[in-house]
Amino acid sequence: MKFRVERDALAEAVAWTAKSLPNRPSVPVLAGVMLRVTDGNLRVSGFDYEVSSQVTVEVQGDADGAALVSGRLLAEITKALPAKPVDIAAVGAHLELVCGSARFTLPTMPVEDYPALPEMPQSAGTVDAAAFATAVAQVAVAAGRDETLPMMTGVRVELSGSTLSMLATDRYRLALREIQWRPDDPEVSINALVPARTLNDTAKALGPLGGEVTLALAQGAAGEGMVGLAGGTRRTTSRLLDGANYPPVRSLFPATHNAEARVPVSTLIEVVKRVALVAERTTPVLLSFSADGLVVEAGGSEEARASEAMEATFTGEALTIGFNPQYLIDGLANLGSQTAMLSFVDAFKPAVISPAGEDGEVIPGYRYLIMPIRVSR
Amino acid sequence: MGRSQSLPRGGDPRFGPDADDSDSPILHVDMDAFFAAVEVRRRPELRGKAVIVGGVGPRGVVSSASYEARRYGVRSAMPTSQARARCPHAVYLPPDFSAYTAASRAVMQIFRDVTPLVEPLSLDEAFLDVTGARRLFGSPAAIARLIRRRVADEQALTCSVGVAPSKFLAKLGSTRAKPDGLLVVPPGQVLDFLHPLPVDALWGVGERAAETLRRFGLATVGDLAEAPLGMLRRAVGAASAAHLHELAWGRDPRRVSPEHVDKSIGAEVTFDADVADPLEIRRALLALSAKVGVRLRGSGQVGRTVSLKVRLADFRTVNRSRTLGVPTDTAREMFDTVWALYTALDPGERIRLVGVRVEGLAPAQGAPRQLTLGAPERGWREAEAVADAAAARFGRSVIGPASLLADRDSRRKENPPHP
Repeated sequence: MKFRVERDALAEAVAWTAKSLPNRPSVPVLAGVMLRVTDGNLRVSGFDYEVSSQVTVEVQGDADGAALVSGRLLAEITKALPAKPVDIAAVGAHLELVCGSARFTLPTMPVEDYPALPEMPQSAGTVDAAAFATAVAQVAVAAGRDETLPMMTGVRVELSGSTLSMLATDRYRLALREIQWRPDDPEVSINALVPARTLNDTAKALGPLGGEVTLALAQGAAGEGMVGLAGGTRRTTSRLLDGANYPPVRSLFPATHNAEARVPVSTLIEVVKRVALVAERTTPVLLSFSADGLVVEAGGSEEARASEAMEATFTGEALTIGFNPQYLIDGLANLGSQTAMLSFVDAFKPAVISPAGEDGEVIPGYRYLIMPIRVSR
Repeated sequence: MGRSQSLPRGGDPRFGPDADDSDSPILHVDMDAFFAAVEVRRRPELRGKAVIVGGVGPRGVVSSASYEARRYGVRSAMPTSQARARCPHAVYLPPDFSAYTAASRAVMQIFRDVTPLVEPLSLDEAFLDVTGARRLFGSPAAIARLIRRRVADEQALTCSVGVAPSKFLAKLGSTRAKPDGLLVVPPGQVLDFLHPLPVDALWGVGERAAETLRRFGLATVGDLAEAPLGMLRRAVGAASAAHLHELAWGRDPRRVSPEHVDKSIGAEVTFDADVADPLEIRRALLALSAKVGVRLRGSGQVGRTVSLKVRLADFRTVNRSRTLGVPTDTAREMFDTVWALYTALDPGERIRLVGVRVEGLAPAQGAPRQLTLGAPERGWREAEAVADAAAARFGRSVIGPASLLADRDSRRKENPPHP
């Protein structure tokens, strides 16, 4: 194997692949990235039996072939290379890398020990890459991180005709995003539970490339139990989580509400962050809404206390409600609008945050539900 | 109480009741063979006999042994089977905690008549700070004599008292005074008292640490006091080294704090025979969670960290814990957590003991509670509060998890299933 490649193209390809490599690989070859050259194309791939990623780069190929080298090391080296063409060649059990006056020799691992990457499942349709990245971020923030509750660590993806819905909850908040997409089959109806971290990392990496992302999800066909995401020359596959018993969480959004408030998003985030400095890990920030506006408070009678007033348009009976400050900020920071509409049933029922336009009208498509903290028993 | 055997005792006049007690205001009062003594008190025919209170099952351990039984080498924490081998003629009784609790309350009340600064350590021992009581009741030694007399007259029980300048010295004192004795450690003679003692007399030195210290040539507290700190650190680690060095020089700044706050609440069970059946483990964890839940709610606290303890048949012990997002006091949440921990642990071996513990305690009153999506507004917490109320009125046995019914009434096991 021998080829010449642009430094930036190589660095990006290796970084993308090395990102999904396991920290503690179960077998040593999984710490490697595979470099394979065929017909002037370099394919860089990584795999940890759960997630695989692969990217294709055009190169000036002198000899076809393959080599397996430490992904982490190659990623660090390529990131630090000068902006010059890179020559790479497999020489015996080593990989020679020359860039300008820099020269590296890396040991290789046996190519034949590397497992075959899973096939991409069948394509289900395409979606705008940037819109998809934003939507995934809005939902993934509500997913749980507790590995002992695996179902909560996933984003439920529902493909129903031209609507792509994503849902995630850690039992304390719940985010729901619906966007339009282009299904291959207009009658498509597929549900899948995708690991939230992989989905978010991948969508975030594909978003800035622009164009379209292909969503590959097959039901009752080859590749079942897998999800594939492809954009440009990059593709990622991931094993799905078992979502057969995913609870019907949509029904948890209250059907009606008794009070609503419109608040400037960036101001509320700043105020909550400031006031929450005195809140301990399990203590809430208290939001008191009235016709006069909003007062945000935190702290106990014997500990440090803070309060701050801000403007808000409120309709309904005056209400004081407590929230975990981080949960509140997570929802506000991902709204993508300047105004937030908060709707309440009462201080002990789920509250819903939605983006609102200049006119105060709710912009449909995203809802973030947050369970209050009950302060007195 | 298990340590008394390792200490020399004797009637050294330097530490007798008439030693200088003017700067020794801390008392440690330890009831003598408490559970056994309470049993003897209500059954006078047992007086003078070997009485052993403890678990009577195949894996029971001795909780308390009368001094007549100790003569045969019976000690608390010894397996009951071993006690039976050494002292087959003793009267073996299962523990009756309600009787001991009542007796303990009466005794503690006597202490509180003397000073409000009473820090109970368990049912049968307490620290007292009598600094402020001297004008009313006399010197610390006089107060100790008063307490011993009142406990004997009013409760027909005996106790031993250590009088010293600090808590750990007072505790050593009461241990050396046992049974039915009084020992005063004057401030000027602390080191004379302390340094001849074996290292395992110190608080925090167990069998294993004592063994390590002995390997470093440190047999007595005096050896330990003179040992270079660097060597001590290598032997027992930096934290213990500093602590032990302070103790060895008689320094113990801890005060008597009547507001003794539990750091954790837990319960565990040793199976009569090692268990492999996950269903039986599940039931045990459910019962333990229920027990801990009752105690937690009874104490008006909630806890954040739930931990599981598993001891395998070969005595290897594994602990696993998880910190919840929201503090809890419900048995249901504790059980869900320990069961998840147990399932993840998947020991795959026979199990000797399981335990459930809740740490990170805080007062429940006013504790914020993060509500959970989809949980009914009135859930397990309310159900368990109702169960507590019912149990308070009719006794614990009237209400509990249905899957534990078979344990309570074994006849049900044999009942044919309903058609």
